[in-house]
Amino acid sequence: MTNLLNINYYAVAPELVLIGFAFLVLILDLLLKGRDKAVLGYVTAFGLLVSIPVSYFTNEPVSFSGMVAADSFSAFFNIVFCVAAFLTTLISMDYMKKAKADRGEYYYITLFAVIGMMLMASANDFVNLYAGLELMALSFYVLVAFKINDNKSVEGALKYFVLGALSSGILLYGISFLYGYAGSTNFAEIARAASAGSSQNMFLILGVCLTVAGFAFKVALFPFHLWSPDAYEGAPTPVTALLSVGSKAAAFAVFLRFFAGSLAVLQPHWAMLIWVFSAATMLYGSVVGVSQKNIVRMLAYSSIAHAGIILIGLLVTNDKGSSGVLYYLLVYAFMNIGAFSVITLFVRNNGKGANICDYKGLASKRPWLAFFMALFMVSLAGIPPTGGFTAKFFILASAVNSRYYLLAGIAVVSTVISLFFYAKVIFYMYMKEADDASVFTASPGAALYNVVIVISAVATVLIGIFPSVFMDMAVQAVKPLLM
Amino acid sequence: MIDLNLVIEVLIIIFKVVFVTMVLFSLPMPLTWIERKVAGHMQARLGPWRVGPHGLLQPLADTIKLLLKEDIVPENADKFLFKLAPIISMVPAFAVFVAIPVGDSFKIPFIEKTFTLYISDMNVGILYVLAIGGLSIYGIILGGWASNSKYSLLGGLRSAAQMISYEVALSFAAIGVVMMTNSLSLVDMVRAQDGGFWHWNILYLPVGPVWFAVFFIAALAEINRVPFDLPEDEGTLAAGYHTEYSGMRFSFFMLTEYVAMVTASALAVVMFFGGWNAPIDFRTIEILTPITSVSWIYSCFGLFWFTVKVSFFIYLFMWIRFTLPRYRYDQLMTVGWKILIPICLGAILVTGFMRI
Amino acid sequence: MMEQVFFYIFSIIAVISAISVISARSAVRSAFYLIITLMQVAAIFILLRSPFLAAVQVFIYVGAVMVLFLFAVMVLDIGREKLVAYMHHQSVIAVPAVIVFFIMGAYMIIRGGWNVSNAGFPEAALAKSSEVIGKEMFGRYLFPFEVVSLVLLIALIGAVALVLRGREKDKQC
Repeated sequence: MTNLLNINYYAVAPELVLIGFAFLVLILDLLLKGRDKAVLGYVTAFGLLVSIPVSYFTNEPVSFSGMVAADSFSAFFNIVFCVAAFLTTLISMDYMKKAKADRGEYYYITLFAVIGMMLMASANDFVNLYAGLELMALSFYVLVAFKINDNKSVEGALKYFVLGALSSGILLYGISFLYGYAGSTNFAEIARAASAGSSQNMFLILGVCLTVAGFAFKVALFPFHLWSPDAYEGAPTPVTALLSVGSKAAAFAVFLRFFAGSLAVLQPHWAMLIWVFSAATMLYGSVVGVSQKNIVRMLAYSSIAHAGIILIGLLVTNDKGSSGVLYYLLVYAFMNIGAFSVITLFVRNNGKGANICDYKGLASKRPWLAFFMALFMVSLAGIPPTGGFTAKFFILASAVNSRYYLLAGIAVVSTVISLFFYAKVIFYMYMKEADDASVFTASPGAALYNVVIVISAVATVLIGIFPSVFMDMAVQAVKPLLM
Repeated sequence: MIDLNLVIEVLIIIFKVVFVTMVLFSLPMPLTWIERKVAGHMQARLGPWRVGPHGLLQPLADTIKLLLKEDIVPENADKFLFKLAPIISMVPAFAVFVAIPVGDSFKIPFIEKTFTLYISDMNVGILYVLAIGGLSIYGIILGGWASNSKYSLLGGLRSAAQMISYEVALSFAAIGVVMMTNSLSLVDMVRAQDGGFWHWNILYLPVGPVWFAVFFIAALAEINRVPFDLPEDEGTLAAGYHTEYSGMRFSFFMLTEYVAMVTASALAVVMFFGGWNAPIDFRTIEILTPITSVSWIYSCFGLFWFTVKVSFFIYLFMWIRFTLPRYRYDQLMTVGWKILIPICLGAILVTGFMRI
Repeated sequence: MMEQVFFYIFSIIAVISAISVISARSAVRSAFYLIITLMQVAAIFILLRSPFLAAVQVFIYVGAVMVLFLFAVMVLDIGREKLVAYMHHQSVIAVPAVIVFFIMGAYMIIRGGWNVSNAGFPEAALAKSSEVIGKEMFGRYLFPFEVVSLVLLIALIGAVALVLRGREKDKQC
């Protein structure tokens, strides 16, 4: 019986560490009173920091009777999640206080969200995957609604919740068809059935379509994106940063493991579906992003466009494409969180800074801040020497290699369009004079923001200048998938 | 070609179902009489006396009165649900008895067929009983809502909240018993308590009495008996959920309540007091062997013991009704969530360790 | 044969009451029809030889979830008109889309073939279905089972966290 259970605690070590810290924070929250609660954020951040090396060294065979695959692939993603959550935790401590929403729950719910993402990244079975997905999604529903006194926050959370529940239902429906097709929910078993059986089986097609729809929701691909601008705008800004980076990366991890890994043999069959999604998402995200006045909404559409580009890497089922996805997600985590940190720094005081025109004349008052913001925008747009450029380059190169010329062309068009709204921010910061310069005066409590901004900026540039180091890591990470 | 055995099986099942239904339909008559007698004697008065000797015909008179009364439907009521509610309430209360074993199986003399003193031995018996028993609540909630009266609505609301709160504790108690007996089937539960009263779950020390206490309190709340009869609290809510009901429909609600009481008693007996098992295993006494070895006689014994135990619990419910005051609403919630559930969690831990 | 008859009875009732759920004007009526739908699903579980799932379906969905739902509906006093007001002109697009999806889905389901054997479990295992489920849950699916406990914890904490904040707001006003 023990042999059958195959319990391997090392395989889930990062999750266990974080669960331990989550419960520690939970109990501390109960015991500590008043001002002592400030320690909770640091404990959370420390926990996430501890989890990074643990994730790095976790590389175990498939365990828990085929449920958990803690390989180098999941390790890479776990590190991305931990870094993203670490950075957002740092900026949220002050922000939550200003938003009058600093409660201990925030921190351990964040930890639970990260645990959910990790479970998704290491899931090798749909049952396990779904449990992780729900853990992440439930945590995010709560986090998005955390400013419960703010109607926008509640509205965003409600839209996210209702559509999220629907997409979970669709996903489950798809999983049940895949089970009907393969007789198992295990990825490996489904892969075996797929390579042995006919690819024209209707249940397989239906199952794949429905699961893609379910995950497309989490990634916010074009027809399933409706929740994302509202949820992004309503949520506390640090949560938006984590949501846009973490939940997206987790969903892509599953996409990769299932499609590029298990269903790789059927690539010609599902490629068309992903192709359409990718093209539509890129164009939609960049075109609609142009007309946005609110910077968070703009970044929401930008993140939709980015998801479309990342999808190209998924389509190219070889090590170049898959490792490109990983590389892109790593860069995206840093540059996106960096941009959101700058926004958070302004939004926290009086809600001013939510619109792009609020950034008028930032450069003359706070040159460093404007520089960093410009750097993140440049990186998001994909201009050298930043990480954003190399990431796009790898993905597009792999697409061209695999003869997806049209899709690569669409990606370039989308990038050019999106350049417009990234440049708009820079233009406002550098070329315009502020109406009311007092907005930009430094206020206390900004130290942690500065730390996060600098870390993100350095990482963004570093990854851009030395891509080979990180690319090698990504290539290592996707190896277990493509075997 | 019709299989004769199958026909007999089906006939036996139909016979049992009809028999149980008839018994349950007629039970409330003696029970109301007993309840009023008990109330009377506890309060130092005589209780029903006029109709028939010792008021024995009183229930009959009441029944005739209820049947002949005008059936009133309030003008702004949701008529469909209003009419349906008493039936929704009544049907599950009867359906529960499908799973309750009143005695062991025996061979019918001469035709050599096994006759079981239960309608069905389903392997999820306890779950079935809890699930179906919980459905009666919809009659109360929907009836309270459909009456379009504030008293009824409040009664329905209270009932819903109470139900949710105590369903948890009740299910926990069921889990406890399942852990003690290793089965979800009620028949297996009784069989596990075979062989003398010291094998009964109530004496499964130290957790048995705890589980029983939890079960009993939760069951009291679940069947809306005093001290948890807030849905029909006459002091504040007129008559609660059945304020607007009269005649037949009212009598359906009454019927449900009595049947629920019998169900709760039967469950308590099956889960904790050894079901049909006698306090002492008579089969081990050698002098009685000629009698106890005949299976149908022994089964009749079982039926007797079962009836005695159930009667005791029914009396206990009445006893409590006329001795205890009613809980306040917040106290009710406190007891349910803050006292019973932690106790249950602790008891599950202890039971688990004992069963290792 | 007999089973098929019952299956069609249950599923037709389930579908009709499911349609009633969304077309009923009052929320309590909707809840009532939903209860009927869930009961029919439980009945279908019994036809599928899974009394445990059927009992759990009735116990949890009908016995607990729907009671809570009715409780909330009665407290909130959702009026009859309000629900109708949500029917926008979007339904002009939505209804054909749903119909097309339904037809496509039905076509694919009918055309598709199970790879899972239709024989199902042997009768002996069915008689102990709860035991089989328990063994699977604490054996093969142990890890997700434990994860679900975290999911429940987060649901609990999340609900309390959000509601408590709401209450603070009331105090301030």
